[in-house]
Amino acid sequence: MSSMNRREFLQVLAAASAAGFALNSRELLAAQGADKHYDLPRYGNVHFLHFTDSHAQLQPVYFREPNVNIGFGGAAGKVPHLVGENLLRAFNIKPGSLEAHAFTYLDFEQAAKTYGKIGGFAHLATLIKQLRGGRPNALLLDGGDTWQGSATALWTKGQDMVDACKLLGVDMMAPHWEFTLGHERVKEIIAKDFKGKIDFLAQNVKTNDFGDPVFSPYAMREMNGVKVAVIGQAFPYTPIANPRWMVPDWTFGIQDENMQKVVNEARGKGAKVVVVLSHNGMDVDLKMASRVSGIDAILGGHTHDGVPHPVQVKNAGGITLVTNAGSNGKFLGVLDFNVSNGRIAGFRYKLLPVFANLLPADAAMAAHIAKVRAPYKAKLEEPLAVSEGLLYRRGNFNGSWDQLILDAMMEVRGADIGFSPGFRWGTSILPGQAITFEHLMDQTAITYPTSTLTEMSGEQIKTILEDVGDNLFNPDPYYQQGGDMVRVGGLSYSCDPSAKMGNRIRDMRLGDTPLEAAKKYKVAGWAPVGEGVTGEPIWEVVGKWLRDKKVVTPRKLNQPKLIGMEKNPGMA
Amino acid sequence: MNILRRSVLKGASASGVLAAALAAGLLKPTQVLAADWNKAAFESKEAAGAMKAMGADAAVASKDILVKAPDIAENGAVVPVDVVSNIPNTVSLMVFVDKNPFPLSVAFDFANGAVADVSMRLKMGNTSDVRVVAKTADGKLFVATKEVKVTAGGCGG
Repeated sequence: MSSMNRREFLQVLAAASAAGFALNSRELLAAQGADKHYDLPRYGNVHFLHFTDSHAQLQPVYFREPNVNIGFGGAAGKVPHLVGENLLRAFNIKPGSLEAHAFTYLDFEQAAKTYGKIGGFAHLATLIKQLRGGRPNALLLDGGDTWQGSATALWTKGQDMVDACKLLGVDMMAPHWEFTLGHERVKEIIAKDFKGKIDFLAQNVKTNDFGDPVFSPYAMREMNGVKVAVIGQAFPYTPIANPRWMVPDWTFGIQDENMQKVVNEARGKGAKVVVVLSHNGMDVDLKMASRVSGIDAILGGHTHDGVPHPVQVKNAGGITLVTNAGSNGKFLGVLDFNVSNGRIAGFRYKLLPVFANLLPADAAMAAHIAKVRAPYKAKLEEPLAVSEGLLYRRGNFNGSWDQLILDAMMEVRGADIGFSPGFRWGTSILPGQAITFEHLMDQTAITYPTSTLTEMSGEQIKTILEDVGDNLFNPDPYYQQGGDMVRVGGLSYSCDPSAKMGNRIRDMRLGDTPLEAAKKYKVAGWAPVGEGVTGEPIWEVVGKWLRDKKVVTPRKLNQPKLIGMEKNPGMA
Repeated sequence: MNILRRSVLKGASASGVLAAALAAGLLKPTQVLAADWNKAAFESKEAAGAMKAMGADAAVASKDILVKAPDIAENGAVVPVDVVSNIPNTVSLMVFVDKNPFPLSVAFDFANGAVADVSMRLKMGNTSDVRVVAKTADGKLFVATKEVKVTAGGCGG
């Protein structure tokens, strides 16, 4: 920047930016002071680095945060149920800044062009090495949903991610989607790859018959003279939200009472700091923190909430910090405790967004990723179509990516109605970007990808919508499952999230015609949790449709009419 | 996992365990199987009717009955429910699933000061309250309730 001063440079960049140029240069980011972004001085003597829900995204990606993330009852307007400007205000984040882009959907297309892609394990590795340099003996915790979400993770049965995590230096992990590789594969990875290297922790998974623990509930370490314990919490509703037959011998659940026992045991063995590495989802973590005492922090995931500061929850034993560290490799949480005389004297927390343009790729990790991708390169990079509009998934109701999947399924299968699961993972595509086969797999890479065409009565359709609605909107977090609402195509409806189960879904129509309870409709769907369903994988159905279209016009979102949510800070 | 314990117990029949309980005089077979069979209660299709037929409709809420059941059932066909009554002199426990076609699922009578501590697997078709009524030797009635959600599943984050 010798030929122009900083102000002039920024003006030029702003003009170029407005004209739609890609401005993901390190100089621009440096000019905004973003190069200081990762200078995080050490605090205290106990350190945890936490990432979660990467969904196997080894490479940098785009990921748009939701503009609908409704909370109500006790959760209305509270973290994590804040979106857009409400979130910025609550956490005092400057609009238009790098952080505003990381934590919100605001001005997403332009900001994504300006700041570039997020995440990527090679960039994450550099950040982790840098932080570990200043934080001796820091523990690296993986909150799970790490072995699923990409084509390569599916095709290598999670091996690409297992090897990446070992290279990254993960110390402990807690599971959810890992289980969809099947119980035998999970046991194999723990016995062969993780043994002596990574602790796979879950206090809430027991055998069906005698209730024996399946995994170690917790692990203890001595860190800089302080004994610390990390307790694992698996996603409590794995056998309900995902196929039961993949984990036939194990029972899950939240298991508060057992959590308390494990906390007490760890304290009894001298732990001065106790943290829970949780895959409960943030609302469940907040409730659990109020009921169980003796936990210093719950490092959470599952609900993919990027929460800048911890929520402090009071309970019988004092205060528990509750965090949630986003998804898709976008963030790294850094939690420092200052422990003196066996007591916690203070803490610092920072959720650092991982911007690929600000962190050089780590050579060893980049080499691993290149090696993993090499056999599949041509298949991954096959362009299927160009998207004219922005494609994203996250939000309580239909995102544009799911709308595309619904439109494709219904057209190919000749269905009246389409259902697509309310998954929270899946990367985003900017307008004008080519959709590759890899991008399609980012939305669909699961071990039960079968597409289905089923005849359902109007009554059955209503029952399904009510059922899924209750999993999302039940006022008690312990009855929620942490996904978003099932995405619906073809059928318009209105939804009152605060109504009781059975009364939330109303005014269901196909075009102008009300749905009839007894009439049968053709419903296209995918990802059946039952065993033995056969059919074409969803990526084949949508892949064909995309190749045929070549250019995909912006999708028209089939959003339900929401009742009574106009002033909710979880909507924008 | 204790593989040996599992193999040994697979060899033992459930009826063997029950026979042991009967021999110890902890359950009263003749009364349960014949004399005390309350046909009206077990065949009632309404929770209120079933409770009335069992003489349990005036039960008072109590925190001394512990009902352990999942918040969301992993499989509605076999919902694990554990019940302990810490109320002194509990002589029977009755379990009602409000939304089941026949709400009265099971009733236990205890003799000789046996601890009222039972585990069962209930079949549930719908989300419902599970009500457990404890009756004491002097005829007092107490109730504890736990909601169990039964869901179609799928669609998790």
